[in-house]
Amino acid sequence: MNFDFSDDQKQLRDQARKFLTEKCSPKAVRIVLDGKAPYDKKLWKGLAEMGFLGVAIPEDFGGAGAGHLELCVIAEEMGRANAPVPFSSTVYLAAEALLIAGSDAQKKKWLPAIASGEAIGTLALFEGKGNPSPKNVKLTAANGVLNGVKRPVADGAVADFAVVAARTGTSGRDSDISLFLVDLKAGGVEVKSLTNLDPTRGQAEIAFKDCKAEPLGAAGEGWSILTQVLDRAAVLCAFEQVGGSDRALEMGRDYALDRIAFGRQIGSFQAVKHMLADMYVSATLARSNSYYGAWALSTNAAELPEAAAAARISATQAFQHCAKNNIQVHGGMGFTWEFDCHMYYRRANAMALGLGSLTYWEDQLIDRMRKKNAA
Amino acid sequence: MNFDDTPQEAEFRATARAWIAANAPKQYEDELRKSSLGRTQLKNANILEVAKAWQKKKADAGWACLHWPKDYGGRGASPIERVIWQQEEGPFGKLSGMFIIGHGMCGPTVMAFAREEHKRTYLPPLASGEKVWCQLFSEPAGGSDVAGLRTRAEKDGDEWVVNGQKIWTSGAHYSDYGILLTRTDPTVPKHKGLTMFFLDMKSPGVEVRPIKQASGASDFNEVYFTNVRIPDHQRLGEVGDGWNVSLTTLMNERMSIGAGVSTGFPELLEYCTSLMLDDGPAIEDRAVRSKLASWAVKASGLRYTSMRAISALSKGERPGPENSIGKLVAGSMIQDVATYALDLQGASGVVSGPEDAEVAGRFQAMLLRAPGTRVEGGTDEIMRNIIAERVLGLPGDIRVDKDVPFNKIPTKGRG
Repeated sequence: MNFDFSDDQKQLRDQARKFLTEKCSPKAVRIVLDGKAPYDKKLWKGLAEMGFLGVAIPEDFGGAGAGHLELCVIAEEMGRANAPVPFSSTVYLAAEALLIAGSDAQKKKWLPAIASGEAIGTLALFEGKGNPSPKNVKLTAANGVLNGVKRPVADGAVADFAVVAARTGTSGRDSDISLFLVDLKAGGVEVKSLTNLDPTRGQAEIAFKDCKAEPLGAAGEGWSILTQVLDRAAVLCAFEQVGGSDRALEMGRDYALDRIAFGRQIGSFQAVKHMLADMYVSATLARSNSYYGAWALSTNAAELPEAAAAARISATQAFQHCAKNNIQVHGGMGFTWEFDCHMYYRRANAMALGLGSLTYWEDQLIDRMRKKNAA
Repeated sequence: MNFDDTPQEAEFRATARAWIAANAPKQYEDELRKSSLGRTQLKNANILEVAKAWQKKKADAGWACLHWPKDYGGRGASPIERVIWQQEEGPFGKLSGMFIIGHGMCGPTVMAFAREEHKRTYLPPLASGEKVWCQLFSEPAGGSDVAGLRTRAEKDGDEWVVNGQKIWTSGAHYSDYGILLTRTDPTVPKHKGLTMFFLDMKSPGVEVRPIKQASGASDFNEVYFTNVRIPDHQRLGEVGDGWNVSLTTLMNERMSIGAGVSTGFPELLEYCTSLMLDDGPAIEDRAVRSKLASWAVKASGLRYTSMRAISALSKGERPGPENSIGKLVAGSMIQDVATYALDLQGASGVVSGPEDAEVAGRFQAMLLRAPGTRVEGGTDEIMRNIIAERVLGLPGDIRVDKDVPFNKIPTKGRG
């Protein structure tokens, strides 16, 4: 047993941290936050040059062919830096869907373009309120064209292509759902940006009107593929959340050391210390659950569904907890636009919803634990 | 990152498994499996005797105190092998409860500070469970503030004479030896005037009085010392260096990872799977599932945190105070879990007799024992201070007694 990342993987994490510290300062994040750019294009290009976008994409498809443990350590750093780029949509969702279900031609077309930073991808699943469920997919696919509206679609306004969940049957079973690949630049779509909690990662509404689409994976397999994609993305997002949790904790700790009130460092008051200690506890539990998820993801273990749900829940709770208490430690200054605390608060709460809500994943976890116990 | 046994680990596991299958007291397996916090006892046998017999059997075959050197009664095993053993020992590991303090804290302290002949004399019977040890630190005047202890040791020739009182001493009533932290110099600031010893609990002048706990049981004791004489060669560390010696003890407590903190989660999950509520099985209920899931990830988070620590340990890294989170998280969790399990029972949750209560009253027993887990071995608040100060690097509390001679520190609050 060795329940840790390898030295090479840790080195990659250090490299990613160094790169992001230089290229993704809070000042750079604010350009996107303030609406002056839809995402940080220069950073995106840099991530491609570093090989980070294609780290888990096989060499045959233009990637570095490293693996998912390597992607996990990069994800952690992306979360820590609050990177304002469509990384999760492109790399965790679109690329993973292609890797699982794409034909050779589809992989050849899109994966090298993802790795080189030329193509941004996303997953178009949700249609208004509700969690991932076949019955919430109303958009129809017939004769190779899609009709319906997806919202919110993460990074939908900047994406070049989307993996779209569509209804191809009415039996009431999971097999009613199929996946399609849509070139968003080829017409048949209307894209509208949506104001959202975290402006550093855009959300959009995409209306598909007789939009041409090609199937991704076999007909009727859509839900099964999606479940795998969401599980894999849950682990990767958990690492972003762990990185964000750590950064929020650090910010709170640093402020508690610097700020003087009542003639002493506020970090010497137990009310403040204990709040920070509890943040550390959440972050540590989330990290450990995420490591288990990383192991399951990288080995495609039978434990992945349960491990992914546990990582998702633990990391979501930790990031929300650390981000909100970081503001509390900062007091009034934490509630200003000027201080960076709210960027993590926004990101934490947006990420808590992106792949489905906390209650959804809680429900999933219990289902999966029961399935395992019954097996 | 992997969870697979190496060939050597697999071989170790197979050997351990075979030996346990051939030797464990199987007649108690089911009862032990079902026992939980607040109720670890056997119906038709004295659990202490069963525990001692199992420990002796293990020691004779080289399966006791696996990580200790062979010369002192151990096996010289690696941290991972120790974890493998614990996994294989399963419910029989619950029989180790009475030895945890001796093996986890007293033994390592003796190993670090006693003279060689003492180590060879005292450690093997400690490992084999023939002799049980306790730890005499806490006092009425020094709980969280251990360094505020007042038990005096005064030099008299080659001996020390001890007078005072200890409290919350787990297992003192069945212990043969103890490690004892005393004040040898009250004229210097509190951390500087302490000295550590070990002593025979049967020494004249030692009196053990069980404490009846809020739960009704008696795991802890008061121990009184009246002119108890301890030879100087039983001193552990230098005179006045007792505080540092005690830190070694506590550090070893943290190194003895994997002892497995109990969270109550497996019991609750099992219960919710069979429990019927008005609208169907509890496990189908949305609110129940949400609670269960939140506890599930705490329990798994603790499990994987300890695996990370073991990985670090096996690479020669020293696990730090970050392991304090185990007790902190599990203590309040098991209390919440027990409270919730009773809530699910409605009015009948109040019935606690093993004959009449649901699942033999295990959650009622858990509830009553749980407050102790948040206090013993360092309160939740002390644990948070440790994390804040030693992991996060936040400043210590302002200590008004730090540079004051011990005998000048106030001893009364009001009046």
